Amino acid sequence: MSLLSLQEVNLSFNQRTVLSAIDFSIGEAEICTIIGPNGAGKSTLVKIMIGLLQPDSGQVKRQADLRIGYVPQKLHLDRGMPLNVKRFLALTGASKQEVQATFQQFDIKHLATEQIHGLSGGELQRVLLARAVLRKPQLLVLDEPLQGVDVIGQAKLYRLIASLREQLNCAIIMVSHDLHLVMAQTDSVLCLNQHVCCHGEPESVSRHPEYLRLFGGAVAEDLAVYTHHHDHQHDLHGNILNADHSACSHD
Amino acid sequence: MIDFDLLQLLLLPLLAGIGIALVAGPLGAFVVWRRMAYFGDTLAHSALLGVALGVIADWNLTVSMMLAGVFISLALWQLQNRSPLASDTLLGILSHSALALGLVCVSLLSAKRINLFGYLFGDLLTVGYADIAVIYLAGAACLAVLAYCWRPLVMAAIDEDLARVEGYSVEKLRLLLMVLMATVVAISMKLVGVLLITALLIIPAAAARRLTHSPEAMAIVASMVGVLSVIGGIFSSVLFDIPAGPAVVLTAAFVFMASLIKK
Repeated sequence: MSLLSLQEVNLSFNQRTVLSAIDFSIGEAEICTIIGPNGAGKSTLVKIMIGLLQPDSGQVKRQADLRIGYVPQKLHLDRGMPLNVKRFLALTGASKQEVQATFQQFDIKHLATEQIHGLSGGELQRVLLARAVLRKPQLLVLDEPLQGVDVIGQAKLYRLIASLREQLNCAIIMVSHDLHLVMAQTDSVLCLNQHVCCHGEPESVSRHPEYLRLFGGAVAEDLAVYTHHHDHQHDLHGNILNADHSACSHD
Repeated sequence: MIDFDLLQLLLLPLLAGIGIALVAGPLGAFVVWRRMAYFGDTLAHSALLGVALGVIADWNLTVSMMLAGVFISLALWQLQNRSPLASDTLLGILSHSALALGLVCVSLLSAKRINLFGYLFGDLLTVGYADIAVIYLAGAACLAVLAYCWRPLVMAAIDEDLARVEGYSVEKLRLLLMVLMATVVAISMKLVGVLLITALLIIPAAAARRLTHSPEAMAIVASMVGVLSVIGGIFSSVLFDIPAGPAVVLTAAFVFMASLIKK
């Protein structure tokens, strides 16, 4: 039984197609990475999945009472509100002990009394992730958690995220800005460009000597490459040029 | 040397002002966090329309002001969902249409039946026991609702998307806040009048912003700043023979300026 599934989902804004005929499903404790170029509709798709947007047509099915932990790209907190990290985490209703444990796990103990407004991008991402985890989600949804984080930092964050699956037994949907480098533990990769370009499994980076040479063994364990050649090309508007629609080929 | 007659004269206005300031503090914090200042003005303008209609229909004026505010809130809510125009444009339309309609209605009534000046600038010294009862009952109800829904309201003020994913009904919370504001505006008319009501919500909260480190502290300190401003304003209105409403707002503005000194 899948936690979440989409069938033939379509969405357009002002007659511009943003998503067309999207099929998707994710089961318990699965990890899926969504990749695609800017403007491919990745964030929009994620918002449909978690119910922030309604599609024009198609079906979205979520398991009843599905607990979702959501890490948005950014927080819309107004500067008029004073709020420190500790209080922000406590607003989930979690106990003091749980909040303390999360501080350790996400390496944000030193930020406990810092104001949210003063955090750097990377710090805020860790705090948002910690907050999502405090809700003990069955599905963790991360919208580009790695913006502005370097490759070494990415590998560390990936290891942390992967450990969350073990800890919470939750499924994870992650949007990545990188078209080829994904998390090693990803079960499937969805390549999106308004429609589903292809959907497949990644291969371990460690098998690719080039990546190994670039980043060293420690990093390579946490990263994987997604090699994909599309059977079609897009023009500047994202329309498919030569759609004979056989599947993408993988190496 | 204390003048007891004067104290007795000021007791009811002071009680009324303190009651309003206590509830305006936390609510004002939400107005600051959610950038609803212009909406506060719109409510104040619609309250004048409520007064005029209340006099015509011979209703309780506080209730008719509240109803006018709730009506405007619902109208805004509908327009926001249907119109491509920005919120502040919609508010500008609603706010001034309501004010214009209110002024037209007032002018149609005979001058004796409605003291326009009192509603525009407040008429604190005419506060009676019934007003006190209304202020404290409505104020306590608003505070109780705020306390009961505190966490959802704060979450929705932090980030509506995040709150929605966590299962809070963001639309209902937004409407709840609008209704609470309409209530507070209605009970504040006597204190400061249409033109200055928003100041009562915003200035104490803004002064509290720089002095506090959590949303809860900001709400409580906003109440305290409000109470201080009411006491200072009412006494200085007697001392210097100036209108009470503007004196209260000016005192709050002084506290705000003082809060800027803190680094």
